[in-house]
Amino acid sequence: MTEPIGAGSIGAGPSAAESFDPGAAADEATRAILRDTLRGGARGVVVDSPPGAGKSTLVVNAALELAAAGRPLMVVAQTNAQVDDLVLRLAEKQPELPVGRLHSSEADPYDKALDDLAHVRKSAKASELAGLDVVISTAAKWAHVKGAEPWQHAIVDEAYQMRSDALLAVAGLFERALFVGDPGQLDPFAIVGAEQWAGLSYDPSASAVNTLLAHNPELPQHRLPVSWRLPASAAPLVSDAFYPYTRFRSGTDHGDRTLRFGVAADGSAPDQVIDEAAASGWGLLELPARHTPRTDPEAVRAVARVVRRLLDRGGATLSERAPDPAPLTPDRIAVGTAHRDQAAAVRAALADLAVTGVTVDTANRLQGREYDVTVVLHPLSGRPDATAFHLETGRLCVLTSRHRHACIVVCRAGVAELLDDHPSTEPVQLGVTMKFPDGWEANHAVLARLAEHRVEWRP
Amino acid sequence: MSLISTLARLEAVQTGRAQPVATVRHRHLADHPLVFVPLTTAGEAGAPLGALVGTERDAPRLLVVPQPRDRELRFAFLAELAEVVLPYVDGFAADTEAAERSESDPETGKRVKVEVELCTDAPQLVVPGRAGVEFVRLLGRSMRFRRTAEQDPDTPYPAPPRVPLLGRWLTHFGERARVPGSALLTAMTDLLSRHWASGQSSLEDQHLGALLAWIDPPPGERGADAALRAELARDAQGQLVCPPAGPATDPAFDNKLLAPAIERYDRARTALAAAEDGLAADQRLAELTAAEHAIRTLVESRTRPTWDAVWRGLDLLRELPEGDRAAERWTRDRWSYTGHRDRVLAGEPPQPRHDDAVTAANKLAARETAQARLEAQEALDDPLVMAGRRLAGEAFAGEVTDVVMAYSESKRPSPRPLITVRTEDRPHLGERAKVYRSLAGKPQSAQFVAYEPDGAVVLRLLDKMGRSKEPDEGSVPEKGERVCWTLFDHAPRGGPALPEPEDTPWTHGGPPDASGAVAVPLPDPVTEEDML
Amino acid sequence: MPKPLDARALAALAANPGCRRRALLDGAGIDKSVLATALGSPSGFGQSQFAFVRGNAFEARVKADGGAELLRLVYERVGGGPEAVPGAVATPDLAAVGPEGRAARTALALKEASEAGGWALLDHPMLALDVAGSVAFLEPDAVVVHPDGHWTVIEIKSFPMIDGSADAAKVGAAARQAAVYALALERVAERVAEQAAGTPAAPLATPPPPPLPRVRHRVLLVCPKDFSNLPTASVVDVRKQLSVTRRQLARLTRIEDIAAALPPGTTFDPERPAEELTAAVESVPAAYAPECLAACELAFHCRARAREEGAVTLLGRSVRGELGELTTVAGVLAAACEASGDRDELAELDDPTVHALRRAAVLRAEALGAEALGEVAGVCR
Repeated sequence: MTEPIGAGSIGAGPSAAESFDPGAAADEATRAILRDTLRGGARGVVVDSPPGAGKSTLVVNAALELAAAGRPLMVVAQTNAQVDDLVLRLAEKQPELPVGRLHSSEADPYDKALDDLAHVRKSAKASELAGLDVVISTAAKWAHVKGAEPWQHAIVDEAYQMRSDALLAVAGLFERALFVGDPGQLDPFAIVGAEQWAGLSYDPSASAVNTLLAHNPELPQHRLPVSWRLPASAAPLVSDAFYPYTRFRSGTDHGDRTLRFGVAADGSAPDQVIDEAAASGWGLLELPARHTPRTDPEAVRAVARVVRRLLDRGGATLSERAPDPAPLTPDRIAVGTAHRDQAAAVRAALADLAVTGVTVDTANRLQGREYDVTVVLHPLSGRPDATAFHLETGRLCVLTSRHRHACIVVCRAGVAELLDDHPSTEPVQLGVTMKFPDGWEANHAVLARLAEHRVEWRP
Repeated sequence: MSLISTLARLEAVQTGRAQPVATVRHRHLADHPLVFVPLTTAGEAGAPLGALVGTERDAPRLLVVPQPRDRELRFAFLAELAEVVLPYVDGFAADTEAAERSESDPETGKRVKVEVELCTDAPQLVVPGRAGVEFVRLLGRSMRFRRTAEQDPDTPYPAPPRVPLLGRWLTHFGERARVPGSALLTAMTDLLSRHWASGQSSLEDQHLGALLAWIDPPPGERGADAALRAELARDAQGQLVCPPAGPATDPAFDNKLLAPAIERYDRARTALAAAEDGLAADQRLAELTAAEHAIRTLVESRTRPTWDAVWRGLDLLRELPEGDRAAERWTRDRWSYTGHRDRVLAGEPPQPRHDDAVTAANKLAARETAQARLEAQEALDDPLVMAGRRLAGEAFAGEVTDVVMAYSESKRPSPRPLITVRTEDRPHLGERAKVYRSLAGKPQSAQFVAYEPDGAVVLRLLDKMGRSKEPDEGSVPEKGERVCWTLFDHAPRGGPALPEPEDTPWTHGGPPDASGAVAVPLPDPVTEEDML
Repeated sequence: MPKPLDARALAALAANPGCRRRALLDGAGIDKSVLATALGSPSGFGQSQFAFVRGNAFEARVKADGGAELLRLVYERVGGGPEAVPGAVATPDLAAVGPEGRAARTALALKEASEAGGWALLDHPMLALDVAGSVAFLEPDAVVVHPDGHWTVIEIKSFPMIDGSADAAKVGAAARQAAVYALALERVAERVAEQAAGTPAAPLATPPPPPLPRVRHRVLLVCPKDFSNLPTASVVDVRKQLSVTRRQLARLTRIEDIAAALPPGTTFDPERPAEELTAAVESVPAAYAPECLAACELAFHCRARAREEGAVTLLGRSVRGELGELTTVAGVLAAACEASGDRDELAELDDPTVHALRRAAVLRAEALGAEALGEVAGVCR
């Protein structure tokens, strides 16, 4: 891989596997991004980051460099959890850096862990944080800041999940900005129709990056070429299915990571699928075809069963991070669902099996998170029909790209037929850049791959 | 669709009659709405064929374009439409009350209260279906950039005097109709299906005749059969007995009745133009008048059933009592009407072809707030709507089984009583989630504390208990009282103010027009023949 | 007399690909409109002559003057070569005997125009596409060959583009139709490429082979501008529609499987008595949904059958989402009414569908008051 990663590098895919040095490629990309951010002439720099490509590290590094260069910096994130996480990471990297955490005036506005950080000042008023090197808050809170002296620089995190109108509300606060995000995750949405603005460059319901690039097509665009999270078994599938024009590679090779279990398989389907996933990175536990409500009790129990066995079998992960194997503990496992009620049902089923400490959440809330093993209740499992919600590319992408070692999908048979029978009569708005591949196609791609790792459920 | 409405539809199938999905009327109905039943010409954008319009159910005004491809005749139609619509719309402009509005002070930028006029009532347009709303928008768009001879003596094909103004008003009505819960312009099918579930799909509910057949079937007939007749029954001539509510016409009507009638009209016009003497002209004029009359009769025959159906729908809706909070939304409609009245009076140019970035974002934000507010208000006004929210885990109702007095840990302790509510609902209560109940019309909030072992919910009351140490009387629910808590805010507010359009940031293309001058939009290009 | 598949019918396959009845009847070239009338549920589809006349007049206007205006729009919106000089645009004569002849003539014209390296406008070319073992002939409004050798499908529609936007449902339908043309064009391009590869090298000069013709996956949609009859155009990306169409066409070959399952001697001859015809139609399973009413001639027939069966999809595809395995009106209502929603009994229930239904029924009855509870109970009986 000798192509320059820099301006215009989007679209170029890694090709020569033999000569690919992921560390070097990633470093080169990061250098180019920081060069454009600190010394480039453009008002904005856009960075596309596939899952686990080191986006947070990049944001922290860029923030530190900008602060070191004496440029007052504001950081815009989308959720309070993201803001608190960034503050903690900054403080970890450079404890004496003066950081302001701008928060809302509601109860419990920020993570209590911030109170332990000596150089982090917290306030609900931007004026009380003036002069600090870095001030961090959510887009929603920043939008209330009025009449402040503009910041020289901003970092906008998760920019693809930010709506265009949210950027409009805060863009007056900064002169230049670095926009970082993952184009493959869930798109922002509006709760009312916004069709009348479809095709306009500043469609308020579109993503902030769409609007930014429509008005400033000359801005340098970069991408991080290496996923450090996804293992070699997962990166090609996720890249092909969700990022066909901006391919990325895994930072590790086959064999660099292993997942082993101390307790031998008991011959049950959950154990079999766990072994399959441990060996190949993917597992599909397929229940018999049946139309079910969203909280399909059988599928929910199967998910819980798999999680229980993952814990009972004394799993250990070995990776490039440490020389010794690390135990597969509950906090390293997540269950992903499409709907909140499904997550609630899984939590209840896990409680029945006395499992605690495992994260169970919807795709929306798993964005940006990372685990060793994920168990996914397939969004289309048991459904009599597929809707735009269940087919959304970003949803499947989030669910299948949270893991470092293995991903086990629990699903009823018949999804391929469901997809084939799905009517495709979507309206088309003129002037709207089509998201491609769409969820229908991405779902087919993922299913085809999962079918190679199929284990039939036996109750 | 919520399971409760699905159930209502299934019951409708089973019983052969539409079932209620609301117990009160969730939209304000004006005492004298203006009903508008337009027809359009197939294949031509914005070429009206005719309309029935008016506020008197027994005396609709029939407007007809005998040759829709003739620009002059279309203009005559639009001028006539303006004659009916504009006096109705203007009729609400003079009667005002004093009101306060907060505005940004242009000098200090601070929010200050300004005394302004608010019209005490507003016009209301009712069209048969959603396609009618679209057509109002299309008419508005086709008219508002036209120029009259007075505005521009050199304009080719000047529009009749009041037509551009009508275009601006119809555009305003069309935009307002996009605001959830608004009632300045509404579609009868939407109004009806908000209150009744038919035994057919929502797609089929778009057919006003079929929907009414389910809600109010003829005696002894099942909704499904009546609806089928409304959709498909044809007379001996092959014409639909219940013509489509428009604006599109039935192709069989176009081909068998309308096209020959228009041909006859065209021939009569040509003949009249070629008449060489007064006697011949008189005869040919009579033939032209007869031909025009025939088209008028045809248009009336296609619009009158729909006209009557809209009024029947209004009757049905008026039987429901208006929801308490519908008036609050109508007040917002009055603000909207008053605002547009003021813009017209101030001589502002017509609405632009595209919203600028700031206007678009403001509209989206306002509509999202309106949507959240509408959902909350409808649930608070109507136990059947609340039942849907309870089923969805967004609200819960039950009996208070315990009240334990507690206080906040501040220097001046305030009451923070713990309330235990036994409920069979299953709310999605997150850790320390905030919940609200309506206390004399105002929201009182509480915080979720824990579930009891038997599933009862323990809450901590947070406010609306007065200033003293002892809570005001009636502010704390008593043991045995039935309460209903919602997880959603009762009066959702909008987000922060956006920049002014002239401060549009670089990320969104900068200010729309750097010169700062308000550009008057150019009229659409016209071609000589205008229509194909 | 079988009705040959056209692009509209092929595009419509995407409207309800799960319907075997439609797939079979379309694949077999049965005129569903005639069939629907014979079954006693005529489709009610028709076209107003006003729309027809206007559509034709607009297309003629777009293509007037040797396509000068159309080529200007293609150059402006798609590019693919220097601006077309009026008079220098090839407009090959595509007349030939029969659809096969016209398709062969079109393929030749495409090949020649690509080799010539200039602009060419093919007015109503004929494209052959192999569908489920038989050949469908497709006639796009126009295909433009660019000097760079690319081919672009032109779709001319008479609905307006107002302020740069148009009815999204109509644009969607146009995009699906254009995708079928693009797919057929790709097959032509493949054959042209095969021929080029198969041609023995010229004995003397061996110039490099011309680049393979490529079909653009962005089609040009031409519509009247605002309220005028002046043409304007917009580029529409049809990659998604293409991939769906490809997959659906590949699936169509399974029609034979559906047909094999029919009782022997089944025929859809509209001359047969309605009873016999109904039985024949009913022997192929349908997947009725309300969307069919706007897309399929048989929809009223299928709706009537669905109503007789009490299928819940009568109310829309989405209602099934929460109903699990319950598919009939009676079944759902029975499940909703079985118990009074007794707390203990509900807690024991393992079927979330029934649980939710009963809860919904209880909540609904409670909100409607005691009187209505009787009504609900009435349904239950």
